[in-house]
Amino acid sequence: MNKTLTTTALGLVMAMSVSLAAEAKTLVFCSEGSPEGFNPSLYTAGTTFDASSRQIFNKLVEFTIGTTNIEPGLAESWDVSDDGLEYTFHLRQGVKWQTTDNFTPSREFNADDVVYSFARQWDKNHPYHGVSGGSYEYFNGMSMPDLIKDIVKVDDYTVKFLLNRPEAPMIANLAMDFASILSAEYADKMMEAGTPEKVDLEPVGTGPFQLVAYQKDAVIRYKAFPDYWRGKAAIDNLIFAITPDASVRYQKLKANECHVMPYPNPADIEAMEADPDINLMQKEGLNVGYLAYNALKPPFDNPAVRKALNMAINKQAIIDGVFQGAGKIAKNPIPPTIWSYNETTVDDTYNPDNAKALLAEAGVTNLKTKIWAMPVQRPYNPNARRMAELIQADWAAVGVEAEIVSYEWGEYLERSKSKDRDGAVLLGWTGDNGDPDNFLAVLLGCDAVGGANRAQWCYQPFEDLIQQAKVVSDHDKRAELYKQAQVVFKEQAPWATIAHSVVFEPLRKEVKNYKIDPFGGHVFYGVDIAE
Amino acid sequence: MFRFFVTKLGQLIPTFLGITLLAFAFIRLLPGDPVTLLAGERGVTPERHAELMVLLGFDKPIWQQYLNYIGQVLQGDLGNSLVTRQPVLQEFFTLFPATLELSLCAMLLATILGLPAGVIAAVKRGSWFDHTLMGVALTGYSMPIFWWALILIILFSTPPLAWTPVSGRIDILYYFNQPTGFMLIDSLLSGEKGAFRSALSHLILPAIVLGTIPLAVIARQTRSAMLEVLGEDYVRTARAKGLAPWRIVGLHALRNALIPVITVIGLSVGVLLGGAILTETIFAWPGIGKWMLDSIARRDYPSVQGGLLLIAGIVMVVNIAVELLYGLINPRIRHRR
Repeated sequence: MNKTLTTTALGLVMAMSVSLAAEAKTLVFCSEGSPEGFNPSLYTAGTTFDASSRQIFNKLVEFTIGTTNIEPGLAESWDVSDDGLEYTFHLRQGVKWQTTDNFTPSREFNADDVVYSFARQWDKNHPYHGVSGGSYEYFNGMSMPDLIKDIVKVDDYTVKFLLNRPEAPMIANLAMDFASILSAEYADKMMEAGTPEKVDLEPVGTGPFQLVAYQKDAVIRYKAFPDYWRGKAAIDNLIFAITPDASVRYQKLKANECHVMPYPNPADIEAMEADPDINLMQKEGLNVGYLAYNALKPPFDNPAVRKALNMAINKQAIIDGVFQGAGKIAKNPIPPTIWSYNETTVDDTYNPDNAKALLAEAGVTNLKTKIWAMPVQRPYNPNARRMAELIQADWAAVGVEAEIVSYEWGEYLERSKSKDRDGAVLLGWTGDNGDPDNFLAVLLGCDAVGGANRAQWCYQPFEDLIQQAKVVSDHDKRAELYKQAQVVFKEQAPWATIAHSVVFEPLRKEVKNYKIDPFGGHVFYGVDIAE
Repeated sequence: MFRFFVTKLGQLIPTFLGITLLAFAFIRLLPGDPVTLLAGERGVTPERHAELMVLLGFDKPIWQQYLNYIGQVLQGDLGNSLVTRQPVLQEFFTLFPATLELSLCAMLLATILGLPAGVIAAVKRGSWFDHTLMGVALTGYSMPIFWWALILIILFSTPPLAWTPVSGRIDILYYFNQPTGFMLIDSLLSGEKGAFRSALSHLILPAIVLGTIPLAVIARQTRSAMLEVLGEDYVRTARAKGLAPWRIVGLHALRNALIPVITVIGLSVGVLLGGAILTETIFAWPGIGKWMLDSIARRDYPSVQGGLLLIAGIVMVVNIAVELLYGLINPRIRHRR
């Protein structure tokens, strides 16, 4: 953060002595890294969203904390036209903007702010589009430029989104971090002053906390925004003590140097459970780790072969050996925390004898293939090399010889997209918006073949179901379509679904009302500290 | 002296140009491009990939990119980080004081302890002290930093002892302006009660961890240099003249033995200023080591290039300073040419 903000912040809080700080309720979060910046529309990292959108800003619609359910945010209500092409948002009145040293708002939140926040990302001619090197990866990644036809301010408290095609996940998309609402008035003032980039560095939001100071790789300081429209936060100060190493975060938690820490080492979980000062919360993550076959290449173009290989994998051994218990066997391509999860589908149960028989039946003998092991750790796959070794051994037991290959991460992502790719790829996905479409269409849709669809699997009956579900606005009907799609997925087995991770969140016992965010974020509104 | 200085500076220009080329080439030799890494599992369409490469200026031929870069560098502009979009120069100098402060404290610790330990070991050659010291030095030299740091944290930073803080530069409840970026100085300037003590206590473990290897090297180097000098004729002469042993060791022997020791110290300072990646990561020390590591992992070309260039520049300056020091310590070495 530049010097001005630090100085500004000093003006606000400089007088805060240690004793005063001790009287105010201060919650310290040992975060894992520095944010890329403070405008969530510019970036894609969860660390950045934790530091910006999840504390400072609001969206039109929001996820109820700790769930994937949508609730009204800055929009009090919304209507969707029958053809699914018009979304009308009725905005909340009386929402105040935060005041900083650079900016004193002259008005409350209104439709101009909504139009500005989206137009900046959408309209390449918007004066703010290129500010801070804006590439708006999430906005583009969610296909918003193709989707949006127009954004119209109807009046000060009504905004209409016109779409080019019906898109049922639209509301869920608008609850994502990139859709945070920024102040148009602040943007105008900064543009006039010739410092437009300040909008992205010294954020002004409507959210529960406002930024006080940021020192890269060291600390981020916030204070509760007293005029927050949902009511002032229970804590007065929020501090992110940036601590990259997980073991050190744990030691800081033990030494009472922080109250909450993310991403513990799996090896520390047992000790945390036994620690009387620590409350180890856990929840299933919104993710799936999988092994994608290449459905375009024989013999993997045969569903029977894919199912046989699935049966040869001992997933429980992977949960025990790779996740050290911090995972759950996955049978569907979406995690159980997402609505429309099909409980009734039947997994390809581990049975090497059946697997052998099925392979023989399919005429596959002396099969030689490759298993691609990711070079990075992810919650859905904490140790891809180890996972690959376990699968390699399982397959060897049914007569399949697999070679483990790996590449540098960028190369891995690129090469694994190729339709000619040889072998099965270990990869995974963490949900963006809690909508099944975000898994099923993104990872298994026909449009994604040669891209995020690593199985290169385009199967019309499945495609029809997910395309239909995109345009139906009735929630129950959509859920039914996605449940059917999961049945088709299990029959065809383009992936071996491996695991959903379990997210652990260790916090000190005195922290109250903390809820684990299924999206992997860290939200501190509503959290309190016992006296 | 002046001519020496000018000659040295002249030699720096081709070295500097070479470094810009290496810095530019090496990061591009790594597989994977920043756009693909930025998109991650989400992926990016080929059209969008091409669009972003144009936006970032990576679509031009590599030689053209290099020439543009050199042009920028000559104007004092190292570009903006691809990740934070902030000027590289600003990011580097925001973080550098933390690295400098830690490195200097670590080297101070290593020198204050290593130098006398080496001298005593040489004087008492073959004694239990000598054997113990060399054993400890070897252990210190071969100790994995990561493990050593965690052991110290577990022993001294968590209950029951809890003598030192686990990580960071100062207790986060202290909050004051930091005009110099050096926490020890800024905490004193702040006038906040207890701030300096907090900053100092935060420095202890990282300085010990970072200073361990240089300490071992300095102790061993001092010992061997001293042994060599103590066997020289002029030392024997001094002894024959009946000079006090402390004068022989302290004034005659040590001064001559210091040259190789200073070389080692200079090289170590250079290495430490490049950022102690492990120490900075473990102790959440906001320095340039961690910053460089993150930049490489993200293929943040401008940050890696700029960071390498600045670090190399600093190492070169330190080396010149060391060469100048030779002359001050040993009058036989003069920089007339």
